[in-house]
Amino acid sequence: MNPPNDRNPIAMRISACWLFALLIPLAQAQQPAPDVLVKSITEEVVAILKKDKDIQAGDTKKAADLIETKIVPHFNFIRMTRIAMGRNWRLASPEQQKILADEFKTLLVRTYSTAIANYREQQIDYKPLRAKADDTEVTVRSDVKQSGSSQPVSIDYEMEKTPDGWKVYDVKVGGVSLVTTYRDTFAAEVREHGVDGLIKSLGTKNRQPERAKAGKT
Amino acid sequence: MGCATSGGNPADPLEPLNRVVFGFNDTADNAVIKPVAKAYRAVLPGIVRTGVSNFFSNLEDVWISVNDVLQGKFQQGLDDFGRFLFNSTFGIAGIFDFASELGFQKHNEDFGQTLGSWGVGSGAYLVLPILGPSTVRDGFGLLLDTRADLVFYIDGVPVHNSLYGTRAIGNRANLLDASSVIDQAALDKYSFVREAWLQRRRNLVHDGNPPREREEPDDEPTK
Repeated sequence: MNPPNDRNPIAMRISACWLFALLIPLAQAQQPAPDVLVKSITEEVVAILKKDKDIQAGDTKKAADLIETKIVPHFNFIRMTRIAMGRNWRLASPEQQKILADEFKTLLVRTYSTAIANYREQQIDYKPLRAKADDTEVTVRSDVKQSGSSQPVSIDYEMEKTPDGWKVYDVKVGGVSLVTTYRDTFAAEVREHGVDGLIKSLGTKNRQPERAKAGKT
Repeated sequence: MGCATSGGNPADPLEPLNRVVFGFNDTADNAVIKPVAKAYRAVLPGIVRTGVSNFFSNLEDVWISVNDVLQGKFQQGLDDFGRFLFNSTFGIAGIFDFASELGFQKHNEDFGQTLGSWGVGSGAYLVLPILGPSTVRDGFGLLLDTRADLVFYIDGVPVHNSLYGTRAIGNRANLLDASSVIDQAALDKYSFVREAWLQRRRNLVHDGNPPREREEPDDEPTK
């Protein structure tokens, strides 16, 4: 049970404290501002999309992996699911809440791994961030201009400050929220079949093969 | 909320009827409109399709500028009318949208939005046959929009019918990617499209800055 070395435990603890004291400000300094974060992730993903011939050819599995590793870590799916559930969130047990958030995440990742294959050359303009230094919730606004279309589409990211960096909890495309668009569907499902019914229909949707819908014609 | 079969969204008292029309539209889309739009996209090169959609978009700019003025946005009204003059001449009847390249951005206005900016509420959600999602207010606006449509005044029934057709197919072709995303995203396509449509219109009426909706009672800030 004893630690293998016999060095003074107090000295060890002190040096551990020193280590933390050094690391904490370092970690904070490395947390980028919300607009910088959005911009750098977008640039990184777009650079990959431009190069990756498999995703361009419609490899949704690879697209899903890209979203899973590069984008998902910056989202707070618990909060997104809670907003989509509204007052029904309280009806779900902690285990159900976890399953709901997982299924909702899967649904969104699957949806956008189809969409991302349609990526075309785009020009993204970020609007100046209007936020005070101590704000814990901000909106990062951008305009996306697709080649061949004269009207830009706005993409706004609702973000919150957490101990491990800024997290996105909603994305609005042209004013339409990725999250609240599901409110009515979720509410109707819970009303008719309960929380388990919603979990079941999310699961069914998520296990449906993609080709049956997307590639039918 | 009175109707027992309705899904409970107070904005949609006509849900049972709307669902029937929505189902009809979806069937018509899958059987005819979408396949034609796909063929259109497959056959014509992108530059031609852009030219076609620019041509119709240019004609719309006149009515857009009228709506700008009706909403009190005089500078935007001048800009949009300037877009029309500029693109109609230098852009060869609107086939090229040079005004956008010069920084005169295209705007999205219609009479439904003008009514909204005057404080008229959207009223009940409506699904119109073939035309799709709307509301009582926007449906009324659409009646005027149709009257103000320049294509309407082009002489010769065959000519303006084929223009209507081309425009509709072009518009549908532009939405092919978006509609495949909806198919992938929605558990219940009807309520998904309804919510998305209502949010979109609200955003347009407020020119991209709608007042924040009241938060759900359960949506307190995290930890």
